[in-house]
Amino acid sequence: MKYTVQIVGVGGQGVLLASMVLGNAAMEMGYKVAMSEVHGMAQRGGSVLSTLRFGDDVISPLEAAGNADLIMGFEPAETCRNLPLANKDSIILMNLDPVLPSMVAAGFEEYPDIDSLKKAVLKQNKNLHTIDATKIAIEAGKSVVANAVMIGAVAAMKGFPIPKDILLSNLISQVPEKSRDLNAKAFEMGYSAMS
Amino acid sequence: MPNLLADGGRQLLLGNEAITRGLIEAGVGFASTYPGTPSSEVGNILEKISSEAGMYFEFSTNEKVAMEVSAAAASSGVRSFVFMKHVGLNVAADPMMTLAYAGVRGGMLIMSADDPSCHSSQNEQDNRYYSTLALLPMMEPSTPQEAKEMVKEAYRVSEELTLPLIFRTTTRVNHARGVVELGEKAEVKKVGHFDKDVERFVNIPAYAKMNRVRLLNLYKKAQELSESSSFNFTEGSGEIGVITSGVSYTYVREFVKGVSIFKIGFTNPLPEKKIAEFIKGKKCIIIVEELEPFLEDQVLRICAQNKLSVPVYGKRSGHLPREWEFSPDTLSGIRELVEVEQFSQPMAKVDVQLPNRPPTLCAGCPHRGMFAAAKKAAGTSDVIYCSDIGCYTLGVQPPFKAADFIICMGGGAGAAGGFDQATDQKAIAFMGDSTFFHAGIPPMINALFNNHKVVIVVLDNRTTAMTGHQPNPGTGRDFGGVSTEAIDIKSLVEGVGVKFVRQINPYDVKAATATMKEALEFDGLAVIISKCPCPLELKKQKQLVIREVAVDQDVCIRCYACVRTIACPALFKKDGNISTDPTQCIGCGMCANVCPTKAIEVRQ
Repeated sequence: MKYTVQIVGVGGQGVLLASMVLGNAAMEMGYKVAMSEVHGMAQRGGSVLSTLRFGDDVISPLEAAGNADLIMGFEPAETCRNLPLANKDSIILMNLDPVLPSMVAAGFEEYPDIDSLKKAVLKQNKNLHTIDATKIAIEAGKSVVANAVMIGAVAAMKGFPIPKDILLSNLISQVPEKSRDLNAKAFEMGYSAMS
Repeated sequence: MPNLLADGGRQLLLGNEAITRGLIEAGVGFASTYPGTPSSEVGNILEKISSEAGMYFEFSTNEKVAMEVSAAAASSGVRSFVFMKHVGLNVAADPMMTLAYAGVRGGMLIMSADDPSCHSSQNEQDNRYYSTLALLPMMEPSTPQEAKEMVKEAYRVSEELTLPLIFRTTTRVNHARGVVELGEKAEVKKVGHFDKDVERFVNIPAYAKMNRVRLLNLYKKAQELSESSSFNFTEGSGEIGVITSGVSYTYVREFVKGVSIFKIGFTNPLPEKKIAEFIKGKKCIIIVEELEPFLEDQVLRICAQNKLSVPVYGKRSGHLPREWEFSPDTLSGIRELVEVEQFSQPMAKVDVQLPNRPPTLCAGCPHRGMFAAAKKAAGTSDVIYCSDIGCYTLGVQPPFKAADFIICMGGGAGAAGGFDQATDQKAIAFMGDSTFFHAGIPPMINALFNNHKVVIVVLDNRTTAMTGHQPNPGTGRDFGGVSTEAIDIKSLVEGVGVKFVRQINPYDVKAATATMKEALEFDGLAVIISKCPCPLELKKQKQLVIREVAVDQDVCIRCYACVRTIACPALFKKDGNISTDPTQCIGCGMCANVCPTKAIEVRQ
């Protein structure tokens, strides 16, 4: 067994924390784990990508294009930008709440219509799952726990090899004590939204 | 967060965390660095745990000094670790070249963290050549677990040879994460004694000549150690042989089928006898390595010397690229030679126009104010914006376009003097506070000494921001049981005799503009210190005071001066109206400062 998750989003959205939670959960399952992260300059509001691979015999920290089993998309435009990392049978989980690039915010560039992004994915892949992770996080109590919502959503994805309780316990152990309840709540809301 | 001081167990560690743990398991007593991606995390961790680990650690003013302090420790019998990004080794190359002649007593590792594909760098130079240039042994790990084990072995090798050892990594090793089994922590020797030996440690010509011979003899011994190193091993079987090192090994190991692999971890000097033996009888040899044909050219030589006529494929044959980092996809280049696992057909790029998302200066970043002021003051005059290495590199983007020339740390200010002399254009040089101490003082003094009429702007945001907020001489240090006071940049600049020195707050863009106008008109070297702490650092220190900002739509005349000049990510333009995003805005007031109608209000 080998499983690859490509986690994509924008610097500051919690992509690294999500990859740590999934990676530690995979380690707890007894799998070999190989990951690759983006640090440094790209984090300043730029696109970020974290690769997580686990299974019986993995060693490469990078995955071939097209080979992702799951794209965990924290942001719609970033999900679409990274579509070539996956194939027509991969699962695409896409947060529909956008983070506007500064040139869009300032009115110099356009952000595409969200529906057109959904359609662009569906044209090539029928396993698209969408979620309003940021809105759900705000409902849970704070927009920053959108990553916990996303991890909960991943737990509900068909065929995802790590059980829900192991993901949740690893999430709880990775966040500060005072925000554990909030993260657990966001996780459950993400899970429910997808099941 | 991982616990690098744990007694044992398994943890999911970043390459840099595994390397740091390796230092603890090797009993390293002294470490020094100048921060640079992809090596920075090691320093950030040591800042927190070096004391508890019984180790001395410092952020040195630059890589050269970092090399020198670690060299002294190792010469006194204390195991030392100096680490930096690849281009940092250019700065530290001067002491390294002669240190090789003197050698060390305690083990010394020089970590060069290379950055193929320039993820966070200005070039993708292959520092493996430093090992052949300096005649120093070199080792290269492939995974976090191997990195930790290799650190320990590298110290043993360094001590056996009495030479510093280059520990060469790349981004995909430093920033890879994997399961690491912790070993035993070693006892730390933090204090040594320097036993004088002028023939070794004073490389005047008469001694240097002899030490060159000593080094060449040690290099032969290093060759023998490489032949017997357990980090050079073969696995798999097949009539085609693949020779590989570093992260490339992981791609070959997982995705290439039916070949015999020679994985090299001790990469200088190469295990030449073992390589020759491996090649004998093979149908062909493929060399899989990133960047330059470092292994490949040596393998070709080894073939020639051993009269082996086996075809060697790699970069010279055009099968694999010399530019950019490898990935499993790169192996497609050798599909005609070997069986490479079939990959799924990637989906096509979407047919929707996606907005670009380059890294940008943060909301409330004080650099925005200084760039806006410089552009406004310069107007349409022909100014060359010399910039430097740090967050302000991002000033190259619109609307600022405040970077016309960037080469290296401190390079902008040096070049500004040259432009002033060789052209009729005015030159403004930007550099950060940490860069000023690293390599910015000599070009400033050069401008004064040679009467270059340039403007040097020190963007003093009270931290080394881009690499993750390390302290620098301008902030003073307060960790590891050592406290020092901040060095005041203004006094230093005045002290060397600069006549035009102004310190401004870049959040007051109008005042900064007026100061910049004066500086541009000044007949001589002008230095502006743009002093304002990085909001991200304040946030980390829990000292950031966020003020609320409101835009009065009745007063706003839709001139968009705010988005055009400050272009803060917290400013939004929707349906012609300007608003601020409260989740991003810190209330710095730069946009309010440039608003001609005072439509933007910062509430205290």
